[in-house]
Amino acid sequence: MIPEIGHFALILALCLALILAIVPAWGAWRGNSVAMALAPSLSIGMLVFIAISFACLASAFLQDDFSVKLAASHSNSLLPPIYKFSAVWGNHEGSLVLWVLILAVWTASVALFSPGLPLLVLSRVLSVMGAIAVGFLSFSLFTSNPFERLLPGTPLDGSDLNPLLQDPGLIIHPPLLYMGYVGFSVAFAFAIAALLGGRLDASWARWSRPWTNIAWAFLSLGIMLGSWWAYYELGWGGWWFWDPVENASFMPWLAGTALIHSLAATEKRGLFKSWTVLLAIFAFSLSLLGTFLVRSGVLTSVHAFATDPERGLFILVFLAIVVGGSLTLYAFRAPAVSSRVSFAWVSRESLLLCNNVVFLVATLTVLFGTLFPLLVDALGMGKVSVGPPYFNAVFVPLMALLVPLMGLGPVSRWKRDSIRRWRSELVMPAVIAVLCGVTFPLVHAPYNIWVALAVVLSSWLLVGLARDLWQKVRGASGAGRGWRRLTAGYCGMLVAHLGFAACVIGIVATSQYSVENDLKMNPGDTRELSGYEFRFIAVEQVRGPNYVADEARFEVRRDGEVVAMMAPQKRRYLASGSVMTEAAIDAGLFRDLYVAMGEPVGNDGAWAMRLHYKPLVRWMWLGAILMAVGAFTAAMDKRYRRQRDVVSSRNEAALHGV
Amino acid sequence: MHPVRKQRLYIVLFIALFSSVAIGLVVYAMRGNINLFYPPADVVAGKAPVGQPIRVGGMVVDGSVQRADDSLEVRFQVTDFEASVPIVYTGILPDLFGEGQGAVASGELNEQGVLEATEILAKHDENYMPPEVADALENSGYDHQGKAK
Repeated sequence: MIPEIGHFALILALCLALILAIVPAWGAWRGNSVAMALAPSLSIGMLVFIAISFACLASAFLQDDFSVKLAASHSNSLLPPIYKFSAVWGNHEGSLVLWVLILAVWTASVALFSPGLPLLVLSRVLSVMGAIAVGFLSFSLFTSNPFERLLPGTPLDGSDLNPLLQDPGLIIHPPLLYMGYVGFSVAFAFAIAALLGGRLDASWARWSRPWTNIAWAFLSLGIMLGSWWAYYELGWGGWWFWDPVENASFMPWLAGTALIHSLAATEKRGLFKSWTVLLAIFAFSLSLLGTFLVRSGVLTSVHAFATDPERGLFILVFLAIVVGGSLTLYAFRAPAVSSRVSFAWVSRESLLLCNNVVFLVATLTVLFGTLFPLLVDALGMGKVSVGPPYFNAVFVPLMALLVPLMGLGPVSRWKRDSIRRWRSELVMPAVIAVLCGVTFPLVHAPYNIWVALAVVLSSWLLVGLARDLWQKVRGASGAGRGWRRLTAGYCGMLVAHLGFAACVIGIVATSQYSVENDLKMNPGDTRELSGYEFRFIAVEQVRGPNYVADEARFEVRRDGEVVAMMAPQKRRYLASGSVMTEAAIDAGLFRDLYVAMGEPVGNDGAWAMRLHYKPLVRWMWLGAILMAVGAFTAAMDKRYRRQRDVVSSRNEAALHGV
Repeated sequence: MHPVRKQRLYIVLFIALFSSVAIGLVVYAMRGNINLFYPPADVVAGKAPVGQPIRVGGMVVDGSVQRADDSLEVRFQVTDFEASVPIVYTGILPDLFGEGQGAVASGELNEQGVLEATEILAKHDENYMPPEVADALENSGYDHQGKAK
């Protein structure tokens, strides 16, 4: 019964989405305010029905209702409850329900939290989001119904969730990633609404900025969690593989980064308007492309569930409609919204322009590398794969090019600046950066030129930020007042750029300094790795809730003192019989120790063991968290709220005929 | 020329210049960093280049996996049921690697026709087969258990 309610609720949600896509848009076109005023309540109704549907699906999993095909093939009665819940989105059909749920959450949030938005704009925005919901709801209902039953022939027990997905990181990774992915639909909807209305001004940028920031922050967190999960769960200590599916989430992030910066120029100076709109379309299209790549099964990856080609075709058509439709609209309307503002070459605008060019080129090169194998395959020229060396060779120089400009950005002024002022501002940061770059890598022998370069770049960035902050705070009488005068937007920028610097250092240091050894070890053996002595004590049998495991016991000493006890596992899951490596990690701010079990070698109890020493690997994820925190902080800036207050009081005044 | 237009022209020129540098970088990076997939039948027929990065995939032949006693070296064969290719790899195999299962190895072919693999990918879930392997089997006309279709 419950699954049928869920199915029915999903159908009702589709009906509401259809109405939402058509009626308010028609109202906005004809100037019918009754039709327009329907939009917020329709959005909330859509959220309610999708939430009901999601709850029904979740209850099928939690109550072990294996007559539901999805639960039967992706859950098991032995699974801990929390994983039963996360199993809801550990498969194709369920993850689509999560997708539309999050889309509905975003739509309802726009409806609820933009009281200052003129009804005309609001109804257009919500209509666009409704149209996207129509696409995904019909995808879910027509090609991948999550509520399909196995009646008769209900299995006694489910065939279990893929053990790789039985992990705390995976409980929150997909929802966060989807929050980001889908969040770009808001920026997209605002862009389309602006094109439809033919009006694109600073207030438009101010409306879409906080939404874009929040979506981008979620996407950063989602990508970071995915990378962290791959690090400890896949059992070989890698944290980024340039896997097509990783790229699928990374491309919208890159385009989103460009969008955030170009929105800044649009809001503050009314510049790059049509460009910003194009970026918003681009970012969301890349989100859709990512969904297509992941869900169509054209790729080999952990994320590709076994699928049928019909689904891929559906998303491809949907993608074509969205991209084609919005670009056509753009072609007709962009001339009407383009800006005629000029700026001097030496100014913050040019730096933001450079940022945009770098990020766009980075996005395109990643896109090219990701799609190239598909392209070659489609042309029948064989099956190629493009590996990490390509991406590293292209991506790393681009980022290295970016950082010097990043150090300059916050210090520079809008509209017109002078080289002389830059020079006087930046001599000190440059000197300090070079000093740091020369000295810091001395801590870790042998001296590494790449780490030195990374330190130079990120300390250049940091000292520049610190100097700018100091000048902003210093001016006020009494330090406290100076600090209080800083806006949330500025603090957010500071924190996010700080995070980027941490990321750069973390990535370069861990790539350069890591020591990775795959060895054969007998119980009792001791191996030394970068000053740490790993002693393999014994292997013991342990039992978890739904698996049995061989657990290796390790004692790690440094200078004779025990620093960590580590216990990696080799698990065999009972329901599916699949084998999984559970790495043991001793985490630290400055280094991680990583031990994973391979397989037994020979007959004398020896095992293949993977021992890693990874310095500063945490800095990369820490940096990503800082970037997200920065974006959230910036979204909280008072000026976004103040503007709403002003507008709403103006609306009220208009209502009362004042 | 109108100053705004002039500026726009420079911006476009700048972007064009920058993109061509990027494209140059891409083309440079593409050379030698892409590797082609060959089904075992093609490798045995001598269609695969020696000493260049390639990928070979198929089903791991039953009973072919041999481990060395004193190192992590492992030898096995993959087949598309028309021909099989010997593979040697040193290191830890993925969890889902097994005899009678699909696997893809990337590495270089040596003079003896043995693939010296640097990376082994196995399927990662019960119902899933690497697409290349599925296609290779499709072409050889056998299903994954080696029965003729």
